Parts: sequence; structure tokens; C-alpha cells
Amino acid sequence: MSIEQQVRNYILENFLFTNDASALANDVSFLEKGIVDSTGVLEMILFLEQEFAIKVADSEMVPENLDTVVNIVHYVQSKHVGK
Amino acid sequence: MQALPPPLRLLHDGLLASAARLPDKVAVVVEGKPYTYAQLLDGAARMANAMQARGVQRGDRVAIFMENSWSCIVSIYAALVAGSVFFVINPQTKSDKLQYILDDSGAKLLLADGQLAPAFMPALAKLPGTVNVICTGEMPTGCHIDSFNTLLESASPAVTRCVGISLDMAALIYTSGSTGNPKGVMQTHQSMLFAAGSLIECLRLDENQRIFCVLPLAFNYGLYQLLMAVQLGATLVLERSFAYPAQIFARMHEYRVTVFPGVPTIFALLLSAHARSPLCFPSITRVTNTAAALPDNFVPRLREIFPNALLFKMYGLTECKRVSYLEPELVDAKPGSVGKAIPGTEVFLLSPDGQDVPPGEIGILHVRGAHVMLGYWKRPDLSADMLKPGKLPGERVLCTQDFFRMDTDGFLYFVGRSDDIIKTRGEKVSPVEVENVLHGIAGIQEAAVVGVPDEMLGQAIRAYVVVAPGFDLSHKQIRAACQMRLESFMVPREVITLSALPKTSTGKVSKKMLLEQHT
Repeated sequence: MSIEQQVRNYILENFLFTNDASALANDVSFLEKGIVDSTGVLEMILFLEQEFAIKVADSEMVPENLDTVVNIVHYVQSKHVGK
Repeated sequence: MQALPPPLRLLHDGLLASAARLPDKVAVVVEGKPYTYAQLLDGAARMANAMQARGVQRGDRVAIFMENSWSCIVSIYAALVAGSVFFVINPQTKSDKLQYILDDSGAKLLLADGQLAPAFMPALAKLPGTVNVICTGEMPTGCHIDSFNTLLESASPAVTRCVGISLDMAALIYTSGSTGNPKGVMQTHQSMLFAAGSLIECLRLDENQRIFCVLPLAFNYGLYQLLMAVQLGATLVLERSFAYPAQIFARMHEYRVTVFPGVPTIFALLLSAHARSPLCFPSITRVTNTAAALPDNFVPRLREIFPNALLFKMYGLTECKRVSYLEPELVDAKPGSVGKAIPGTEVFLLSPDGQDVPPGEIGILHVRGAHVMLGYWKRPDLSADMLKPGKLPGERVLCTQDFFRMDTDGFLYFVGRSDDIIKTRGEKVSPVEVENVLHGIAGIQEAAVVGVPDEMLGQAIRAYVVVAPGFDLSHKQIRAACQMRLESFMVPREVITLSALPKTSTGKVSKKMLLEQHT
């Protein structure tokens, strides 16, 4: 499964509680749409760390890395390249 | 001799005074963008004129359905300048509840964020009357709605002289009720000015403060950070949420903020970030907690994060804004206490039959002061449960319905609630409201909702359900159905399916037995 698919499945299942893929666009802001809140972001970070074997530094917990599916995919890819 | 400044009678007199005294000072920083007092007054005056041109009159209710933003702040003060009654609705609110609130309040005007159209458009369509709408950002199509930004540019900046007096209602603050439907707490200009002034006094604030606010302005606690900052001529640094910690911490350092108001869930998030890599905010001189009790074991680690801060533990309820606070110097001497009445008010404990309660024994907390609400909007029955005759003729004191103990020195200790309202992430949740949504899901026969202890949330919401024969409902489907109708903090975190719910001898679901039998 691609990174995008894994991230999408996680968000759909854990925050939108649905299997309907059309419920989530890849460029929609989680915060603007109220999909993820403050405790949700921490849960999501734990998921990313476990699933993709990366370590999210405190300084990386910013919307540019985490607020859309596209941003997360880019972020995870950049972490893998840097390894 | 120099003339004395005019007294503050109306809630927005604080803005007029600060804008006259400190026009070029930064009043608010919203997500990194600064705005001066002159800009805030200009925006509020223009929007007030636009509101009046749309028929808003003294005493009309004006609903604000927005995220923490510059537009939201302008809307609040504009509604006040126009002589109307404002209320900020949590932007997570879904359309059915929004419709209820708009209908209940009889709102004449709605100011909303364009991105929230999926929630407010269906709500407006179902309302019996018409409501004028002013909208920020992207405008929903297919109907006549005014653009917030266009009005802000085109309306007259002349400040309308307000005809209102201090006894007029300034805000209607919706709060969860044990009956399931939210109820509007009526607060006057006088009561809100009094509460803000009393808090400024007990927190020892002055105009040099930079108050950091990640709490929603729809939440009383967040709203008062704005009111206090403006009344003082201080600066409010406003963020949309605590979701992205690195961004929040950078902003706190950048603006050298001095006051940090939080709820236990926010402090738990801070402590968890601190455990990953140590945090330290030396500029913060005051940390405040309310909405739910701060666990005593948080205190030593919070002192590592805020080495120069006084820590204020407080207790309050929307019906009088704030009841008590503990002097920060006494945090170690009086563990578990929420202190004494805020300045200019008093509290006492009474037994259920109205007798005085001696020190050390449990009683119902009563509050006397100018901060007490006028009552619940259009609900004299519910108002009568909370407002009781006082010692003076015609006086009313607030019966909080919360159980407390008072020690021999007069310090208060919270014991428990007399209703089954759940406190999660600092928000009040009515189990009935969640149960009503669960009962509305096809296939759910019975449902009961309780709060269970949770380190991060204070209490987490757990739902027990009985699924009717022939129906196949997954927990995910149940939570998804809740997510459609409830704010996300109200969605049960856990769902447990049972074959039947335990009942008392009178046939009512026993939540006590549920918790004992199924943990």
C-alpha cells in the first residue's frame, strides 16, 4: 500500500469513522475542516512514527508537515530520503 | 484640573477607552498578524454600522459562528457597539444543533466563516424566519449573503453612540444542559464588566501583559481573555487551536507572552511534549487553570515548564463566569483546593434543605455577587432551579448545584456534581444530548452515556448500547453517525455493546451499575 493510501485509511477510519474514500480530499486542511483537533494530532504523530518508522521532532509538528494528506505524504517521504 | 475618564458602563467602553489612550498599541495578534487598538475600533465601528443598516437594533441577538480569528474579534465588538447581544457558537457545531441555537435565540443576524457553510446553510434553510448573513472568505453560492470583507471596507467608520445602559444584555452564552438541549445564559454589560474586573484584580494583571489564548472564543474562558486584554489595554495573542505544538511554542517565544490560560487537557499535552523534549517558557509570569480540576501531580512539572509563573487554580461556571481562585502562594499549602470567592463576591454552602453547613461538611455551593447571570434565555423554569431568593428583598443568589466542602480557613474543595454532566477536555457534555443522537441511529434500541476517568481528557465519553435484533452495527458506524451530529469532543471515544442495560427497580437505566459491571 502507498504512503498516501495508508495515511488516508488511517484518517478515514480514526477521525471520520468511515470507509467512504470520497469523504476526504487530499488537499483539505484537517484543522479548517475540524477533522483533527489537538489530541488527534498527537495520536496521528504516534501513528506516523510506528507505521513509517520515523521520529517526528517537536520542531516538525507544524501544519506544513501535518495538516493535509499531501503534506503528510511529502513529509514522510522527506524523512525517508534523509535516512 | 484634568477631567476624570468616563466610567466603564458598557462592555465595549473598555475598547473605546483603550483605543483613545493607546491607538497604536497592538491589541491582538492573530496567528502571527498584529492589529492595533485603532484598527480594532475602526473594524468594530464599520461592522456595527453595517449591522444596523441590516436592521439590527438594541437588544437583538447576533450569532457569531467563526473560528478564533480577527473577524471573530471584530464581530464581537461590532455587535456590542451596535447595542445588540452577541454569542459565539463553537465552529464544530453541526447543523441540527446550530439550527436549534439560532431558533432558540431568535438571532437576527449570523456572522459566519464561509468554510462553515456546510453546517450553517442547511440550518438556515430549516429556520422558520429569515436571518441576515454576513460571511467571511469563500461565499456559499445560490443565495444572497453579504461579504464581511466588502462591508468592512465600504461601511462608515463613524462610531455610533450607543443608547444601551449597563443593565442591558451583552451576551447570551450557550452551555450544555442536563436536559440535552443547550441553554442560553443571559449576562448583562454590568455583570460581564464586573467579572472581567474581578479577574483582572485576582490575576494581578496590567496593561503590559501579553495574554496567550488557544482556547476557543466560543468558550467563556477564551472569551474573557479577550475582554480582559481589551479592558486593560494589554495585548492578546490568539491562536486557532493547540493542534500543532511546534507552531504554538514558537509563537509563545516570539511574542514573549506573559499569561498562559489552559485547561487540564492542554496542560497534559504540554507535559507530554515536555517529556519528549524539555520545554521552558521563562517569559510567562501567570498560568491559569479552570474548567476541570488540575491534577496535583501536574504542578511540579508545570513549574519546570513555567519557572517564573504564578499558578492560579480556579473554579467557575458559565452562570457566573468565575466563582473562586486560589492565591498562587497557597498552591502547596492547600492542595486540592480551588480557593476562595473572587474579589467583590461571596460564597457559602447550604444543605439541600437550605441550612448552613459547618466547616468540613459537604454542602451545595451558593454564589452571591454582581457576576451572577440574569437567568436562562426563555427558560424561567430552569432559571428557578439555579437562582434562589437571597437575604435582601428581590435579591437572587446562584445555586451552583455542585457539592463542595469548606475547611476552617474558608477554602473550597470541589466534591462532585449533582447532575451527571461529563467534563471532557474542559468542555461540558450532556449525556442526554449524546444519548439522543444514539437513539436516533436506526438499530439502536437502548443507549446510556457515561464519563470515565482519562489522563489526557479528564473524562472520556463511553457509550453503552443495545443493538436491536436483525441489525448489524459496528462501533465505527455508531461513532460515524455521532460525528455527523455532534461536536467532535462529544463523540463517544468508546462504544460497548451489551445485550441489555441494567435497570433500577423503577425501570431507569442505572449508570452506577453499568460502571460497576462493565469497566
